Amino acid sequence: MKKLSARRRHPLAALVVLLFALAATGGLYAALAPAPKAQADDSSQSLAIEQGKKLYSVGCASCHGASGQGSHNGPTLVGVGSAAVDFQVGTGRMPAQQPGPQVVKKKNIYTQAQIDQLAAYIASLGPGPSTPTKDQYSPADADVAHGGELFRTNCSQCHNFVGKGGALTHGKFAPSLKGVSAKHIYEAMQTGPQNMPSFPDTTMPSKDKAAIIAYLNAVDTAKSPNPGGFTLGSLGPVSEGLFAWVFGLGILIAVSIWVAARTTKAKKS
Amino acid sequence: MSETGSQNHVPENLPEHGSAHGSAPATADPFANPGLPPHEPRRQDIDEKAAKHSERVVAGLFTLSMLGTLGFIASFVIFPVDKIVYIFPVGHVSALNFSLGLTLAVALFCIGAGAVHWARTLMSDEEVADDRHRVDADDELRENVRQQWITGAKESGFGRRRLIRNTMFGALGMVPLAGLLVLRDLGPLPEKKLDHTAWQKGKELINTNTNQPLRPEDVAVGSLTFAQPAGLNEADDDFQTQIAKAALMVVRLKPEDIKDKREREWGHEGIVAFSKICTHVGCPISLYEQQTHHVLCPCHQSTFDLSDGARVLFGPAGHPLPQLRISVNDQGNLVALGDFSEPVGPAFWERS
Repeated sequence: MKKLSARRRHPLAALVVLLFALAATGGLYAALAPAPKAQADDSSQSLAIEQGKKLYSVGCASCHGASGQGSHNGPTLVGVGSAAVDFQVGTGRMPAQQPGPQVVKKKNIYTQAQIDQLAAYIASLGPGPSTPTKDQYSPADADVAHGGELFRTNCSQCHNFVGKGGALTHGKFAPSLKGVSAKHIYEAMQTGPQNMPSFPDTTMPSKDKAAIIAYLNAVDTAKSPNPGGFTLGSLGPVSEGLFAWVFGLGILIAVSIWVAARTTKAKKS
Repeated sequence: MSETGSQNHVPENLPEHGSAHGSAPATADPFANPGLPPHEPRRQDIDEKAAKHSERVVAGLFTLSMLGTLGFIASFVIFPVDKIVYIFPVGHVSALNFSLGLTLAVALFCIGAGAVHWARTLMSDEEVADDRHRVDADDELRENVRQQWITGAKESGFGRRRLIRNTMFGALGMVPLAGLLVLRDLGPLPEKKLDHTAWQKGKELINTNTNQPLRPEDVAVGSLTFAQPAGLNEADDDFQTQIAKAALMVVRLKPEDIKDKREREWGHEGIVAFSKICTHVGCPISLYEQQTHHVLCPCHQSTFDLSDGARVLFGPAGHPLPQLRISVNDQGNLVALGDFSEPVGPAFWERS
């Protein structure tokens, strides 16, 4: 205390007291201030819908209709939910570049805030699956082995058993799942984009979806260990056998030819 | 390789110029055996220092092989089975697998390389011709064997005692029947097993993800769900046998999208259930495209249209996927109204 009182006339003492006072006031306000009212929430929500409608008229309305009712160029968006918008726009699939068997993913040109506004507008058209929250899709404490089982039962027929993707009919394909964010994988299962069937929460609960994401993280990232070495596309024994026969035998033949082509004679002819 | 010498440019198999002009053709064999080229020494044959060097190289390779084997043993002891390391072009691999493979490759390759180098540089490389010996034996030996055979036949009484001879033929002829008969134990005939599955009237459709009965409100339009009959347990001994026939895919279409009248009647409010076993060779088939309602088989690209009674659109499959007739029971769960009306999976011999 003595030390403190000795310094009370220091030129900076007033500044220190001021800082303490400000921090205390600010802290108390933050702790005790009344929570924002529901009214404020609503208005920000309706503002987002308003903004989203503007974005929609510019980027989407030409195919999906002025109010999301659909046209001969694109399906109706009533009832697809915010999760579908977050997936389609977030992965860059929508707005589509050109018609074709399948709309492929490309660079996303919207910010997450704009996507949320678009999603809010589409969600306001009719009830549908909403954008999942982080604790729904987080694979943090999911059962990886169970996820593997579910993946092989429900997904591997199209996406390959470690998510490398595969071909479908007439130019359509199941894309590779490598590098796709957990949220987008969750949303794809929930909404069934394009020709992929949906796996709604009623038949595949949220916990199971997180388990599938955990399995994909374990087998399909750049860091996923592969005890055997080269994956050769993870296509299974056919590609591996072909590789062994072509390159393994090829190297043996090349070495034999190299050995036999060089004479050991002292007089090279 | 011109060991015949560079001063003579005449191809060796052609008659010489002088004799071809006006005189009688040469009597010499035009395709004469040229014989072995003269032996050429290797450096190691002439230079003792080079031979010593080769010896050291071969011994070095064999020693390297020994080190490889020791490295193999060491890696086996050192690395735990679950250790993962990053190795540049290959990626994240098991340290144990990688080191075992590498050291064994060194151990085996160096034995081979050492042996080849030894044979090429130090072992004798003189070429010698070794004529084949005659294939047939000489006449005396052949006559001798013939006599012995005749004597043996006479002494055994083979020609005289017909009863023994004939029963012996009978015995030898019948013994293989025993071997043929046990082939029957390769398996019981399938009988009617392929015609029936575990589905019966009133059996609930169990969602394979959750192990809960499926309810119509759970199945959304455009979704895909796999189901198995109630009472089938993964721990059961015959689970695989049963699920191989009973596997079911459940999809929901908008009722107005269903073109086939029977399919609509056999479903429940647009929910239809089809066998998951391809009718070509029995692959599990569930590459479902929800917008086109097509199901593609990954094995041979048979394509079925689920909105038109699972009609075959493309591929080698011979008939549509069998549909399971479903309805809803008192508890509001989906149930089967009986077994499939025809055998599931590929055609077979006795398929009716």
